[in-house]
Amino acid sequence: MDVARIRRDFPILKRKVRGRPLVYLDNAATTQKPAAVIEAIRDYYSRYNANIHRGVHQLSEQATDGFEKSRELIRSFLGAGETREIVFVRGATEGINLVAQSLGRKFVSKGDEIVVTTMEHHSNIVPWQMLCEGTGAVLRVVPISDRGELELDSFDRLLSSKTRLVAVTHVSNALGTVNPIDVIVRHAHSAGAAVLVDGAQAVPHMKVDVKSLDCDFYVFSSHKVYGPTGIGVVYGKRRWLEEMPPYQGGGDMIASVTFEKTLYNRLPYKFEAGTPDIAGAIGLGAALEYVNHIGLGAIARHETDLLIHAAESLEEIDGVRLIGKAAERAAVVSFVVDGVHPHDLGTFLDQEGIAIRTGHHCAQPVMQRYGIPATARASFGMYNTKSEVDALAKGIRKAQEFFA
Amino acid sequence: MTTARKSHEESPHELRSGEEGTDVRELYQELILDHSRNPRNFRKIDGAGHHAEGYNPLCGDRFTVYLDVQNGVVKNIGFEGSGCAISKASASVMTQSVKGKTPAEVTALIDRFRNLVTGEDAGAAGSMESLGKLAAFSGVKEFPVRVKCATLAWHTVKAALEGKPSAISTED
Repeated sequence: MDVARIRRDFPILKRKVRGRPLVYLDNAATTQKPAAVIEAIRDYYSRYNANIHRGVHQLSEQATDGFEKSRELIRSFLGAGETREIVFVRGATEGINLVAQSLGRKFVSKGDEIVVTTMEHHSNIVPWQMLCEGTGAVLRVVPISDRGELELDSFDRLLSSKTRLVAVTHVSNALGTVNPIDVIVRHAHSAGAAVLVDGAQAVPHMKVDVKSLDCDFYVFSSHKVYGPTGIGVVYGKRRWLEEMPPYQGGGDMIASVTFEKTLYNRLPYKFEAGTPDIAGAIGLGAALEYVNHIGLGAIARHETDLLIHAAESLEEIDGVRLIGKAAERAAVVSFVVDGVHPHDLGTFLDQEGIAIRTGHHCAQPVMQRYGIPATARASFGMYNTKSEVDALAKGIRKAQEFFA
Repeated sequence: MTTARKSHEESPHELRSGEEGTDVRELYQELILDHSRNPRNFRKIDGAGHHAEGYNPLCGDRFTVYLDVQNGVVKNIGFEGSGCAISKASASVMTQSVKGKTPAEVTALIDRFRNLVTGEDAGAAGSMESLGKLAAFSGVKEFPVRVKCATLAWHTVKAALEGKPSAISTED
């Protein structure tokens, strides 16, 4: 993979921060956008901006085509069987809320159980807590080991005939752990439970195939996979989506309305109320085409090299401790430095032009699990280089001297 | 377009804090590093008449401030907890600044400190001198995301004086 060439596709990587070249290592929060994505959005607004699915004029036709072409790209990207299983939402968070509210309304009642894990970020905890509050269902939590792996024995013990749904992240944003989704799905299904996978941290880094995973729902956000913010996707198995009631009312979700009875539109429009983020969907399509063009296999190999190099470089530094050492990891190193609070480290590295994330990463239960308030996190994308990892290690050493 | 901009590099935000190199030492002055390494009055005060817990959910910083007010002045003050260098040094200097003052004087000082770190008192001539050690925190105004770190202990001492001991949050 020609990283130098890829870097030229990302305009932002040319800028300087605090007088230094930008070293962007906060990809788990959001990724930078290639020129192809920026151009696709510009092209939509400057050439064929119109509302979709209603207009009989040419612009509307072109906008609808662009929007639906993206849906097909997503279907193929996730390995889903049909485009009607692909629902546009604002992001992974809204996707989880859609499933929690819609599935919950029909299939979850008092005494039922929802299983989540200790390594979920808040977006895959709170919607389920809200569902439990509304229905009287009970939340069960799978513990994690010191290394940051799910304790599958405990998971099996939590599963019962009361379990309605298991909600689990594919890759942990705070630890980088890659979870064995195929095993989780198999066990959950034999207990009669459905499985929702939060794929926000997975799709930018590895090939995902929802058919072979056999999960019931898979959600992700565009902006973490080189696309624009404000758009994301729910994949749902058709038999679930057909049974589930609409999530919001209005706009495209309607087939016909009288005050006596509203007929809901067919899938996936039943779940797409209101005018969607058309430019966002088109931008996401462009992002997935770009990712496909580079190839997820090549991206994964490159990022694994970076991860190994980062883990080795950081562990060489006295006083640095990695948090999360799962055997299967992706694209994230989370760490603490003795005597340097993560926020001070974040500010210090920013002065060197290095952007990392510091804090609890919206995964406070993970921090509680390790008894720490926060970590520093470097997360990688396809455009990062080993010399950027070296700059990070050098910056950490400088910070240690400064704050010693 | 009514205002011509040569390039995106010249947007107002970036002119303020973007591509210009700023020295991290403007933020972490020697006094701040010293107080973060060796915080003063870093202890619980048993039987303190006032106490409050402050929490910054953005970074997990957490401090408890204890106050003893006798004859209308702060007789004794201490704090415990953990946080970044800015928040810990700010708490340490706060305890020194508050000791011996009346609650009304403390409240006035809290306002002045907040104005200092948010840059709102930029026009007030001569105020820097009278702030003494607190002036070391003036660099914080160049780092808006760190204002909450600097003000955490000050919010907390205010809550303690007002008799609100449960955790107060910088997000309230």
